[in-house]
Amino acid sequence: MRLKLPMPPAPKRFREEPARPGETIAVTPLDQVKEAGISAADWVDERTSLSGGLRWVMFRKIPKGTNWFYTLGSATMFAFLSQATTGVFLAMYYNPSPTGAYESARHITNDVFLGEFVRGMHKWGSTVMVILIFLHMGRTFFFGAYKYPRELNWVIGVVLVVLTFVMSLTGYLLPFDQRAYWATIVASNINGTGPIVGPFLSDFLRGGADFGATTLSRFYAIHMLLVPGAIAAMIGAHLYLVAKLGTTAPPWLRASADEKLTEERV
Amino acid sequence: MPDPRKQPKSKYTADRNIPGAFEGETVTRRRLMTMTVHGAGAAAASMFLLPALGFAVGSAVFERPPVRWQAVGAPEDFPNDNYLPRVITAVEGIGEAGKTTVYMRAFNPKIDGERISVEPFIAISSRCMHLGCPVRWTQAAARFICPCHGGVYDFTGAVSGGPPVRPLDHFYTRVRNGQVEVGPRYSVNSEFRRFPSYRDPGQSLDGISQYVYPGRFSTPKESK
Repeated sequence: MRLKLPMPPAPKRFREEPARPGETIAVTPLDQVKEAGISAADWVDERTSLSGGLRWVMFRKIPKGTNWFYTLGSATMFAFLSQATTGVFLAMYYNPSPTGAYESARHITNDVFLGEFVRGMHKWGSTVMVILIFLHMGRTFFFGAYKYPRELNWVIGVVLVVLTFVMSLTGYLLPFDQRAYWATIVASNINGTGPIVGPFLSDFLRGGADFGATTLSRFYAIHMLLVPGAIAAMIGAHLYLVAKLGTTAPPWLRASADEKLTEERV
Repeated sequence: MPDPRKQPKSKYTADRNIPGAFEGETVTRRRLMTMTVHGAGAAAASMFLLPALGFAVGSAVFERPPVRWQAVGAPEDFPNDNYLPRVITAVEGIGEAGKTTVYMRAFNPKIDGERISVEPFIAISSRCMHLGCPVRWTQAAARFICPCHGGVYDFTGAVSGGPPVRPLDHFYTRVRNGQVEVGPRYSVNSEFRRFPSYRDPGQSLDGISQYVYPGRFSTPKESK
């Protein structure tokens, strides 16, 4: 099977003319490059059938009335991707030790090329992600998009909200300034007020009875390994269900039967 | 009436429709293989999951740090009607983050004669018992005041206002070699009963709460 690239309607001047009888068209280098790209994509597609899956995800039918509010989920996902990318590169300069963390954060901001910008993207981007995920949740709620058969996707979405909060909480400690330190003390003590298991849970989070030598690296590991992996997996499940179940029409549109199905009025 | 020439159907046959299964067979070969493979998978997964989980939880929840005593000054340094701040190291090896302020005064029989009689010196933790912010001793008001959420404690460390759920934690004190030494932290409830395994802030120790918030394995304990 050959993939066919869609072509825009070009003026006649630029359109390829068919060969006259008995004439052959010379193959230009551009044609060869195009051919190579197409055959490479073909080679992969023949062995994976990826194009079918891509078409299933990308070319879905969407209901009438779909509007800008429906982009909030994608916006949240792009906020997450931005956080993941900037986070990976911040990790190259960050040192998660109680004596070196503040200094390395200062080094990123003041010395590293574009450090202030990338750290700023990560810091402000976290707030953006929380705002977007809330707006997305509000959209889903007020449009009634959580109803049957999409309840499971709502549940996955709530798990994603909680995981986003865990990211905000664990990331807050990492600059290791006064605000970070005391906010973490308060957060782990709030956590400890859970009956029976609370005290042991905050021991687990801190790595001991007090804020200790391993608290920062624990938070760091949770922040950059445990929770992002869980978020990525959950986003995968979320998107699969969106593609599988489709999106809903906005509630102000009244459902009407297909014209072909309505009985002709006399 | 059942046909006597026909073998009766066994009620123990589990998978009658699977090819090769015979009458009276409770565990078919297919079922045995399925269970074996699932069991092997579960064993393989638990072989790395259980040690990893134990590694993450074990030392954090069950390791008991040693008791340490730190000298904070000579006995005559400390008045019995005012607190002096002293800095001790609560956690070793993490620099400034491991240090904490202790408010020290001498035992005052007029104020705390009935409550605490075994301590020669009173050492009060600066950790607010609402959510753990650092309280500050304000001499003019004779109160400990917390900057975060407005917790206020009186001269003995008992709550006199705001959200804290119990009096400020204390430290054991002793006098050795002419120096006042501060030892492990302990918690008290509002009757100033002593709880040697100190609790985190926010955990009340009155009534049923002392059982709702049990002592932990991770707090230092004096070996008797």
